[in-house]
Amino acid sequence: MADSGVATRQRPGRIGDSVVRPDGREKVRGEFRFSSDLPVEGALWGATLRSVHPHARIKRLDVTPAWKIPGVEAIITADDVPGKSTYGLIFADQPVFASEVVRYVGEPLAAVAADHPETCRKALEAIIVEYELLDPLTDPERAVDGSHPPIHPDGNVIRHQRVLCGDPDATGPVVVEGFYEMGMQDQAFLGLEAALALPDPGGAGVELHVATQAMHEDLHQIAACLGLPEDKVRLILAGVGGAFGGREDLSLQVHTCLLALRTGRPVRVHYGREESFLGHIHRHPARMWMRHHATADGRIIKIEARFVLDGGAYASTSSAVLVNAVTHTQGPYVCENAVVDGWSVRTNNPPCGAMRGFGVVQACFAHEGQMDKLAAACGLSAVEIRLRNAMRTGDRLITGQVVENVAPVERCIRETDALPLPDEPIGGFGDDPMRLPGGAGLTADRGHIRRGIGWGVAIKNMMYSEGFDDYSTARCSLADGVATLKFATAEVGQGFVTIAQQIARTLLGVDDVQLDRIDTTIGSAGSTSASRQTWMSGGAVDMACRRVRERLFEHVGRMWSVDPIRLVVDGDSVVDSSDSSRRISVADATAGQRFEETAEYHHPPTEPLDENGQGDCHTAFAFVAHRAVVDVDPELGLVKVIQVATAQDIGVALNPLSVVGQLEGGIAQGLGLAVMEEIVMQDGKIRNPSFTDYLLPTFLDMPPVVASLIEEPDPRAPLGAKGIGEPPCISVTPAIVAAIRDAIGKDLSRVPVRPQDICL
Amino acid sequence: MTVSVPTSVAEAVSLLAAAPDSLVLAGGTDLMVEVNAGHRSLDRVIAVDRIEELRDWSISADRRSLTIGSGVPYSLVMDGPIAELVPALAQASRTVGSPQIRHVGTIGGNLGTCSPAGDTLPVLAALDAQIHLRSVSGGRTVSFSHFMTGVKRNSRQPDELITGVTLPVLPGWQGYSKVGVRNAMVIATASSCLAVDESTRSVRVALGSVGPVIIRCTDAEDWVVGQIDWERRAVDDGVVAEFGQRCGVAARPIDDHRSTAAYRRRAIEVLSARQLRRAFPNG
Ligand SMILES: Cc1cc2nc3c(=O)[nH]c(=O)nc-3n(C[C@H](O)[C@H](O)[C@H](O)COP(=O)(O)OP(=O)(O)OC[C@H]3O[C@@H](n4cnc5c(N)ncnc54)[C@H](O)[C@@H]3O)c2cc1C
Repeated sequence: MADSGVATRQRPGRIGDSVVRPDGREKVRGEFRFSSDLPVEGALWGATLRSVHPHARIKRLDVTPAWKIPGVEAIITADDVPGKSTYGLIFADQPVFASEVVRYVGEPLAAVAADHPETCRKALEAIIVEYELLDPLTDPERAVDGSHPPIHPDGNVIRHQRVLCGDPDATGPVVVEGFYEMGMQDQAFLGLEAALALPDPGGAGVELHVATQAMHEDLHQIAACLGLPEDKVRLILAGVGGAFGGREDLSLQVHTCLLALRTGRPVRVHYGREESFLGHIHRHPARMWMRHHATADGRIIKIEARFVLDGGAYASTSSAVLVNAVTHTQGPYVCENAVVDGWSVRTNNPPCGAMRGFGVVQACFAHEGQMDKLAAACGLSAVEIRLRNAMRTGDRLITGQVVENVAPVERCIRETDALPLPDEPIGGFGDDPMRLPGGAGLTADRGHIRRGIGWGVAIKNMMYSEGFDDYSTARCSLADGVATLKFATAEVGQGFVTIAQQIARTLLGVDDVQLDRIDTTIGSAGSTSASRQTWMSGGAVDMACRRVRERLFEHVGRMWSVDPIRLVVDGDSVVDSSDSSRRISVADATAGQRFEETAEYHHPPTEPLDENGQGDCHTAFAFVAHRAVVDVDPELGLVKVIQVATAQDIGVALNPLSVVGQLEGGIAQGLGLAVMEEIVMQDGKIRNPSFTDYLLPTFLDMPPVVASLIEEPDPRAPLGAKGIGEPPCISVTPAIVAAIRDAIGKDLSRVPVRPQDICL
Repeated sequence: MTVSVPTSVAEAVSLLAAAPDSLVLAGGTDLMVEVNAGHRSLDRVIAVDRIEELRDWSISADRRSLTIGSGVPYSLVMDGPIAELVPALAQASRTVGSPQIRHVGTIGGNLGTCSPAGDTLPVLAALDAQIHLRSVSGGRTVSFSHFMTGVKRNSRQPDELITGVTLPVLPGWQGYSKVGVRNAMVIATASSCLAVDESTRSVRVALGSVGPVIIRCTDAEDWVVGQIDWERRAVDDGVVAEFGQRCGVAARPIDDHRSTAAYRRRAIEVLSARQLRRAFPNG
């Protein structure tokens, strides 16, 4: 991160400072406008009719009774989709509206626009749907073994990928194996899906204000379905209340636009919580098996593994999630031989796709369970087994790819280990019942509780893989001492808006950095996912700002008749490094001037995996370790997480406050997966589509986090900084489960761990 | 939609008499959830939160019973004088929802909803609480066991207002325990209230979330009184274990998306055994 263009770092708000988010104050005060808060006079409301069956033929769909309801302005079905009838991030296999068959509970059949939400509700009730029920495919193994007829023209296997590496017959004196299972987690963002579409006169185009993760991915798919050229569809990011992968796929976008175009009036669609559970994709439930072969002293010789990911009814990103799972089988450990088989399959369960950790969460839960089994078999501690196998820069993965990034796995483990354990005894120092598992329920006394400690370590790829050029675009302009940044990077709460300003302040010596509206009038920034925006959009902002700075130096150089190479930014001024008495404030230097540059940042190309899972498919990697301390009531199966310690390979802390925010948030999400968060499915139906029954950790469930930020700048990263969004939620889940196992001395192979898994 | 805001019980019951299909709105923490879910529509609402007499509580002259107005919120029950008189009710109140919910949610609302997971209900059942109802034609009082008739069903008539509950102030240990998957802000998957009456040397146990109604464990109650050394406040470990099992047998739990019948029964066994041990700490 050495930057010869900046002499000193004196003023606040620059890279490395804990700058507060520009929208932080508004959010805390409840004044921030989320996508559901957009004010529009005279907008109609839209609502969606959804399938109530997981698999059925639509025998009759009669909307005429709904037209009789006063206030109804539009009713649309599959017949009304003017463009492409399907969409999808990788394969366009998902219908905008189901036409012949429905493949999951919640699949859209029709949408209505009316003067009031209540009118919409009545209209949806009035629509007649007659179904012929079909046998639902809900067991993913039946998609793998081919025993269920295809539920979609594309077949029931979305992708099969193996990874074969080294000697398939290699073995060692120690062999451990295990089955692992993961339930379906929801992104559970608090800001529900909401959008507002404003039609252009005559239906020539449409403007969509929407909470999304990926402006241009949305744009391509929406325009295709609307049958409009892309320049006639304009997306504007509306306030996003969290995403975590759940806004990567389309949900209400096309429906809202179609209703607006059909009525010629603004239309807004807001989902409620139950509809949100039906309307977006979830984390893939997984069934996994792994067998590790090792030397007597615990060094991994070979890993065999099998993954089955339930992709639900449509492909979404299932194929990429599978690649992440199988290519992360080994975890952050050296392994020379591997035989891995993985499937992501289609079922009549809800579609699954991206969620924070993207396939690696599943793999990590299994490989970390295996590491503990290996430690036990070799008589080693959880820390020692991981240290012995820790990978380093230059090691070759089972895909044949060499890890070229900084890879401080050993340091992550050692620094986590060095963090202090909680000093409070079981139940805390006082009499506060909230310190015990069961909390206010007064279920236990101190003597009933056992404490356990567990470990998890993870490797996570960053950016897109397998040949995707997920580039980012940014524009910087500097005029009258004010910098303005423009990008289409979706700010979903992760804080890119803060980082972008910090970059510009640091490079340009200005305090005032304006952010232009986030929309599609500039080139793509790719998706806010895969821990990629600080790296990719940060790289683009950095590049654009540097180019603007060159123009500024040229301008000042001409004014002073000096070689621009001698100029630096110092504080708020441009200074001649050979004669520091010569300085001019950036504001003065840019008075009446305007320098503007647009930059595109591309990461180095990657390649697809071959049929044996070989290839340099990933862009970059980051690492993290977690240690969890839990208190467990073995008789009731209740758990309280007491502390999580973590050391994360972050490259550089561009904004330490923001880093800690990501670490803590990710840990909360991983804790949720470990002990409570699960979409409970029965016969293709979600049993708990509400926050009454889909339990998220609250403040009271969240332990103190002690963290060590490992700052080894990555020379391959434009700012030296790695993506930090996903790693925090990955290995904390296995760490917590390992801690529970440690406390009760029982094997647990499924998350979330339910009370009955512990005590029955 | 019409909303009436009576300020007296008399006014409220005459409004109810005039339109018995009205919805009584107290804290709204159950009702509004149902309205939002589309299960109920708000055509006529009688908001009772301005009726001061419902928000009052009093202790009888002989100090042996306590009457709590139906409009008393959990935050008032949780600590202070009521908590000393009926600790189990205070503990149950403390487990309800979050501070916001406890601030507006009321005991009358818990009774009005009559969910098997309603947290105050096992306490009211264990203590044989008397429920007071009023209509224009007068008042009546029913014991809790006659009040709750099924899952979210009770014997309140449409024109009746729940005005309050009367509970005995018992000498002896009492407590409420609740199991949920989260450490707070969670619906009970199983709960238990145990109350000892030293004056009659009796033990009462009532279970929540393990049947369509709150279940009294009369077999375990009757059996255990003979096993207790009342002078020393002692029971054997074996008695504690068997007591837990007997309470577990009384439970009638089901499998649902929140838990399994087997787990719920186990939780009851553990909770009631631990409560008995808390009540009689000596072995
Ligand atoms: C987030 C959340 C968490 C919750 N957690 C818990 C929990 O942990 N434990 C628990 O037991 N409950 C919980 N609840 C449910 C609810 O808070 C309680 O049942 C509460 O006691 C309801 O009281 P209220 O005053 O809000 O009732 P309201 O919602 O106003 O009314 C509930 C019902 O009772 C009727 N009613 C109310 N008062 C009277 C009266 N005086 N006469 C006749 N009928 C009346 C109403 O018509 C309605 O049918 C929770 C609710 C929410 C939203």
